[in-house]
Amino acid sequence: MSLLRPQTGKVPVPHPGTLTQPYWDGCSRGELLFQRCGDCGHATHTPAYLCSNCTSQNLTWERSAGTGAIYSWTTVWRPQMPSFEVPYVAIIVDMDEGWQILSNLVGCEHDAVEIGTRVAVEFHEMEGGFTLPYFRPV
Amino acid sequence: MPQHPYHDVAITGIFNTEQARVLEGEDSMSIAFKGGLGALADAGLAIRDVDGVVGQFANDFVYQARLSPVWVTSSWSGIPAILQAATAIAAGMATKVLVLAGTAGVYVDRASTAPWTRPSSEFVAPFGMFTAAEFALVARRHMHRYGTKPDALATVASVIRNNGHVHPGAIYRGRGPFTPQDILDSRMVADPFHLLDCATASEGGCGLVLTRADLATDAPRNPVYVLGGNGDSGGTAYKNPPTWELGGNRRADWVNGTVGRRAAEDCFRTAGLGPTDVDVCEFYDPFSFEIIRQYEAFGFCADGEGGDFVTSGAIEPGGQYPVTTDGGVMSYSHAGASAQMLQRVIRGVEQLRGECASNQVAGAEVAMCSNGGSGALFTDVMLLGVDRP
Repeated sequence: MSLLRPQTGKVPVPHPGTLTQPYWDGCSRGELLFQRCGDCGHATHTPAYLCSNCTSQNLTWERSAGTGAIYSWTTVWRPQMPSFEVPYVAIIVDMDEGWQILSNLVGCEHDAVEIGTRVAVEFHEMEGGFTLPYFRPV
Repeated sequence: MPQHPYHDVAITGIFNTEQARVLEGEDSMSIAFKGGLGALADAGLAIRDVDGVVGQFANDFVYQARLSPVWVTSSWSGIPAILQAATAIAAGMATKVLVLAGTAGVYVDRASTAPWTRPSSEFVAPFGMFTAAEFALVARRHMHRYGTKPDALATVASVIRNNGHVHPGAIYRGRGPFTPQDILDSRMVADPFHLLDCATASEGGCGLVLTRADLATDAPRNPVYVLGGNGDSGGTAYKNPPTWELGGNRRADWVNGTVGRRAAEDCFRTAGLGPTDVDVCEFYDPFSFEIIRQYEAFGFCADGEGGDFVTSGAIEPGGQYPVTTDGGVMSYSHAGASAQMLQRVIRGVEQLRGECASNQVAGAEVAMCSNGGSGALFTDVMLLGVDRP
């Protein structure tokens, strides 16, 4: 058994660009942002210039409720880099607004994860001065 | 009937350099050049016979050998690179094209996964993602949807690793034989993938020569022909969540879980063939599950039945559709981003020439080769044949 928690060592630091800066600024404020299409209402992530549903360029940032359900998961035992503490659980979350995000699961035992588990976002400040959105079972 | 698009194209040269976990004294360019020179020798050509070059080091090769003016393309990796070469010949842009690739001396930080398996995107890298974890997320969905069992994944890995076990040039020759239980007993890397479900990381080079068919009459080896080729892309890999159900606008039934289906259907249509005509399947094997997925996506079995298909004996040596007969990227070699892809086609050519030192499929006339995978949101497919189309 191993309680999953946010990484404490060095992890790769995001280098936001024009398109993605608002997303990371949101994380710093403790807000999970996604884009919604002003024409068809579709939700999109990762940050884009085109709506994935109708191809409109009329996308605006919106704050997510931060809740969803696990769509898929993998428990990683061989770290990408040695600075990662294992095990960590990579997850894809089906967010309640109808978009998907890739993140890590925290706050539970590593073998407690299942497809469909309800989760909520929580933010953690990382070494290097940036904030990552993790998810915890609710 | 219109002429086949690759009627005028022949593959006349192939070569693999030595493959190893580490090739002392080599860098990527040196080993790529050795791969290319070997392929030219196999084709009976000299360096300056070439009027087209494809590969990461194509421009270095052209400049150093002063081959100018020649045709070069920026599409440099795997099956798309070979199809670019074939298309250039078919369209009259070049007549003798060298495709070369190699990787050495770039994987020095062994505490981390290989550099070409670590994506840099800000949306995945901070979460510890690398290719095994990306592909695991898709495999999990297949297991969830269809009840596919770890035994099926382990069967694939044992078959391919046993192919490498008997291949004289494989990095892991003599390391087996493996049972499915051996795979399941190896340490977990990214659930459901155990260590032996995953590709290795290694160094090596390779090359291919494509020639206008009417100029191939004095080639030392029997030419092999391109019966069809195409690729499906679902967009940017290793940045967006790798999902089974990721769809697209082009076809209502297209999802990332069956990426490569459109490409395979097009290959078969171009060739006038179907899956039952394929004698050997030189599929790309980054992770065991991807073989199950490809047999479904390419139409060898129905969706969801890939697990039963791979445990039926069909993919083993002597089966109807033997898979990845050289040991693939699990056991033969996994050298960087391009060589490992080209080597699936090189093995297909070896099979159709009838010159495999191990696991030769007797009388093989049609080979199917593939690259990519669902975790990477793309799959490329090629059909090779002994008869000029």
